[in-house]
Amino acid sequence: MERTLKISKIKDGTVIDHIPSGKAVKVLNILKISENTSVSIGIRVPSNMMGFKDVIKIENKFLEKIELDKISLIAPSATISIIKDYDITEKFKVDLPESVIGIVRCTNQNCITNAGEPVSPEFKVISANPLALKCIYCKREMSESDVINSL
Amino acid sequence: MLKNKSLISIADLEDDDINAIFEKADYISGHMDEVLRTSPMKSKILATLFYEPSTRTRLSFEASMERLGGSVISMADSKTSSFAKGETLADTIRIVESYSDIIVIRHPLEGASLLASKFSSKPIINAGDGSGEHPTQTLIDLYTIRNETGGIDDREITIVGDLKYGRTVHSLILALSRYNVKINLVSPPSLALPNYVYNGIKDKLNIETYNNLDDVISGTDVLYVTRIQKERFVDKNEYYKLIGSYKITLNEVNKMKNGSIIMHPLPRVDEIDPAVDYTKNAKYFRQAANGIPVRMSLISIILGD
Repeated sequence: MERTLKISKIKDGTVIDHIPSGKAVKVLNILKISENTSVSIGIRVPSNMMGFKDVIKIENKFLEKIELDKISLIAPSATISIIKDYDITEKFKVDLPESVIGIVRCTNQNCITNAGEPVSPEFKVISANPLALKCIYCKREMSESDVINSL
Repeated sequence: MLKNKSLISIADLEDDDINAIFEKADYISGHMDEVLRTSPMKSKILATLFYEPSTRTRLSFEASMERLGGSVISMADSKTSSFAKGETLADTIRIVESYSDIIVIRHPLEGASLLASKFSSKPIINAGDGSGEHPTQTLIDLYTIRNETGGIDDREITIVGDLKYGRTVHSLILALSRYNVKINLVSPPSLALPNYVYNGIKDKLNIETYNNLDDVISGTDVLYVTRIQKERFVDKNEYYKLIGSYKITLNEVNKMKNGSIIMHPLPRVDEIDPAVDYTKNAKYFRQAANGIPVRMSLISIILGD
């Protein structure tokens, strides 16, 4: 059987490809998926580039910037394809920004950003792989698992 | 370079800024009568917002501004202020910046001073944010090492006590990473330097960890003692056991080399025997007194006299 048949094509929507194997469910958890949206997930799909990868296809959904930024944190290798009428109209890699603003909460309960002040939590990306963020306010570092838990 | 800038972290300062602060502090110390007469900060107002108890730091900032001829406004008590009514720090700062030319803030949460600086067009000085930084204490510490031992480079500095919660220690170690020094950290394992501080400086500093002060005391130029806080211990017996093994007495002073000094950010409780106060090594009261010229210098430079 051909690999492409394992996950059916979608007419309109978004394909998130090249997700590190095992992270598809985490990626899905951070996306706002409405109840009537069809989602196909491929887990441990063989990949020339990555050995194995995960793939998510979401019908009739186009990702917002904040969702792309969240994906970049936990799956920095991911590629996004926008599908319209079965054709790829746009394809790009997610972009891990230098600063992460308003997406992740600081895990330090004694950080001023957790005290109801009118500011967005802000982090510098100090390492992409493994992911590590540093809060610009309290200077504490967050690991990938801290980040995933607070997304 | 520092004119109209906030001082949130010691990392905000260039080496030249630190030297300029020290040189001006030297000048102020030597020309106090002239400074008092000319009142260089006349018509300027310094606001102190202390959300945590402090005696020395607040009085020292207020005395420094008064000696420069400026005025001081203060939040009477954070328990009765608008903060207690639920006002955000951001709103308090927006108001206080319209009343003053420079704001000194101490707050129990980390990052509070940085947040304040984002809501103020006036310079903010961090006087301690949670277990974060206390950069003016660090300037005073560096100034004391420089003046009492004739320099900072090539010194062996032993820091003993609570390295986990002590914000003065975190700021000091960060600042010392600019200099060519050897640092010995002496603490019980439960009060060791946190990884997030250690990771930031381990590649820049010659730094070693010890459990026993005797391993390093004879080679030490600067013995920096910090308070082990009783309230951190659930089991008070554990505190008394610990404090005994890190207490500085004449016995320890006798093992120190000629010209070496003992510092402490104060308040001191049980860590240094009062008998040590009368030795020539004890410089902690001088260190506290240095708070005045150093803070006078900093305020003058930021407000640009």
